[in-house]
Amino acid sequence: MIRDPKDLKRYNASERANHWTIGISFILLALSGLAFFHPAFFPLTQLFGGPVWARIIHPYIGVLMAAAFLIIFLRFKHLNTMTPADKEWLAKAKNMVDGNDHDMPEQGKYNGGQKVMFWALAVCMLLMTLSGLAIWRAWFGFDITLVRLGAVVHAAAGAVMIALIMVHVYAAIWVKGTIRAMWYGTVTRGWAKQHHRGWYRQVTGK
Amino acid sequence: MSMQSQDIIRRSATSSLTPPPQVRDHKLEVAKLIDVSICIGCKGCQVACSEWNDLRDEVGHNHGIYDNPVDLTAKSWTVMRFAEHQSEGGRLQWLIRKDGCMHCADPGCLKACPSPGAIIQYANGVVDFQSEQCIGCGYCVTGCPFNVPRINKEDNKAYKCTLCSDRLAVGQEPSCVKTCPTGAIQFGTKEDMKLVAEDRVKDLKARGYPNAGLYDPQGVGGTHVMYVLHHADQPELYNGLPKDPSISPLVGLWKGVAKPLATLALAGVALGSLFHYVTKGPNEVSKEIEDEIEAEDKEEAK
Repeated sequence: MIRDPKDLKRYNASERANHWTIGISFILLALSGLAFFHPAFFPLTQLFGGPVWARIIHPYIGVLMAAAFLIIFLRFKHLNTMTPADKEWLAKAKNMVDGNDHDMPEQGKYNGGQKVMFWALAVCMLLMTLSGLAIWRAWFGFDITLVRLGAVVHAAAGAVMIALIMVHVYAAIWVKGTIRAMWYGTVTRGWAKQHHRGWYRQVTGK
Repeated sequence: MSMQSQDIIRRSATSSLTPPPQVRDHKLEVAKLIDVSICIGCKGCQVACSEWNDLRDEVGHNHGIYDNPVDLTAKSWTVMRFAEHQSEGGRLQWLIRKDGCMHCADPGCLKACPSPGAIIQYANGVVDFQSEQCIGCGYCVTGCPFNVPRINKEDNKAYKCTLCSDRLAVGQEPSCVKTCPTGAIQFGTKEDMKLVAEDRVKDLKARGYPNAGLYDPQGVGGTHVMYVLHHADQPELYNGLPKDPSISPLVGLWKGVAKPLATLALAGVALGSLFHYVTKGPNEVSKEIEDEIEAEDKEEAK
């Protein structure tokens, strides 16, 4: 890929590494977690050296993800406060999904949909962490009702989180020119002007 | 590998559409009947259990009560639980209950277990752990309505009473039954044990225990370990024996509807995304914006 010096910097190296730590943890957690959730996915435990290893490793990766997520959450929280323009964007989101983004309101670094994703993932991560600790028998032995509740919450929040991440990944694939931001941290000016005009104005001064 | 018994009617983490080998299903359901009213608390059953199963639990400490060990462990699959109860007439009663796996007809442990074949149920009703398949997650503990399975710290496997499935397989009774000096523990077909219990209950009722009865809780489909209780109306008196046990609704939700629903939802999102891409196409930067940027660059270059 030819990298234009006029490309806009969207993420610095530390932010990208932070995101990838979460991404890798998430993939490993989803694969091993699904294996314990539904027997259809049980063979996935072979990716981890067998079911016992999957059971041992899963919660430690969870701790890593929770820590990395907390850092990225604190980094990007201030960029994800909802504004009236975001609400307008969300109201028109159906047009966007239909492939018509002509009359979408101007968006800053993140649009309304991304902000909803941010907060939904944060809530899921919190639920996953707390319920995960509740059912982590290697270290803890909580009251049985709490453990049962933890098991249900962990499964439900996990399924929601996997669905959200599927949407997150698909959105990046769908909107061309996005994935490079995750690799190199830069986007083209055209991309920024089209999808995040407010942010484009802010960084280019145009 | 476990013995080829071909009479497995239920297997953990296995769909009923792909059942385990169960052709040898012409078997009578068995049951262990524990008559609490004639138990003398000698703990012979505990010793017999350790002896037959080659278990040697750590020698514990005196906790100020007769229970020893004080709780079930991975190496103590049965424990006598002693309760002092003062009846309405002021009479002191010693209620001694032999605790252990109840071998539920609808086992919560088996429902919760994520490892295919780690928990199985035989046609005779015995619920057995296949420990080489156990992954040590503890979901069986979460699923059990009687708080029975215990994880062994040394090998991280769950253990509990097997109802001496190895002895049963060769036509013998469980070792605790064999050893009980008062006949408080009997073993036979479930039907026969119910008849024995009926006689015992009748006798107890005639002797001033109007609430005597059989404990065979239907909330878990009945059990293959049953008690004759003098106070069947208050099973909690016997060290918290649950009155109407059933698999927790939380466990039912977790291991019931949640599994197919979530799997379908995830498949829906994945396929939905794919077909969105195929039908709507990618979201590229528009030609006009590309041209605008190009024009700006040309302007600057001048």
